[in-house]
Amino acid sequence: MENSLMTLTYHVSDNDFTRAGEASSDVKNKLKKLGVPPDIVRKVAIAMYEGEINMVIHASGGDITVDITPDKIIMELKDVGPGIKDIEKAMQAGYSTAPDNVRSLGFGAGMGLPNMKKYSDTMEIQTVLGQGTTVTMTVNMPE
Amino acid sequence: MTVNDLIHTNLFELVNAGDDLDREITCPFCCDLLSIAMGKAPAGCAWVTVMANMNTLAVASLTDAACVILAEDAKADEIMIAKASMQGITVFCTDMTIFDAALSIHSRLLP
Repeated sequence: MENSLMTLTYHVSDNDFTRAGEASSDVKNKLKKLGVPPDIVRKVAIAMYEGEINMVIHASGGDITVDITPDKIIMELKDVGPGIKDIEKAMQAGYSTAPDNVRSLGFGAGMGLPNMKKYSDTMEIQTVLGQGTTVTMTVNMPE
Repeated sequence: MTVNDLIHTNLFELVNAGDDLDREITCPFCCDLLSIAMGKAPAGCAWVTVMANMNTLAVASLTDAACVILAEDAKADEIMIAKASMQGITVFCTDMTIFDAALSIHSRLLP
């Protein structure tokens, strides 16, 4: 991407809750080292972690690309999972299709996509049933 | 009150001393649902929860919590302790209820 200062790529493994969050933690540390303001780092870390967890729970994992530019941070989360049947419902706080084993870990409160929208400046979802979902989020750098 | 000050109150049993003991605690925060905590935990909070697993640490780290307090006798297993040590996160445990643990922090944060 034009103006990119750094591009980071991660693979998220299927159903591996012990490693979920490693990609987000790595991005958080790199942004900190680049001197990105803490509130921006926090927004990126939260939005990306929720996406990462969604990939683990719903989509047998996937791939994440993070582009860091002077103006914004762009996160693309791509999976080849089942797709999202009803985006409008999935965006409602509290709506969840997560299985019980996931709930027992403290997830599945139906806050994933709402948190991603809340903590990113733009969010776009492209989903095809049976083929997968790509979520693109951006967080703007301060002016 | 810093994390180090909280350690020295001996209110809670210290499970792991993290990297940033001079961090100021801004407020107590109570929540057991990680997805809610992810969206709501304020930076610098002392997060009180019964959810003792690896993902608790990930959420604590990403939301920039000051420390984690495992209440109601929730126990960190060896894997969680090792991860806390690796990530430099301060973790306490206590047999207090979530409310009492949070209240005891809150009362020490009052001017």
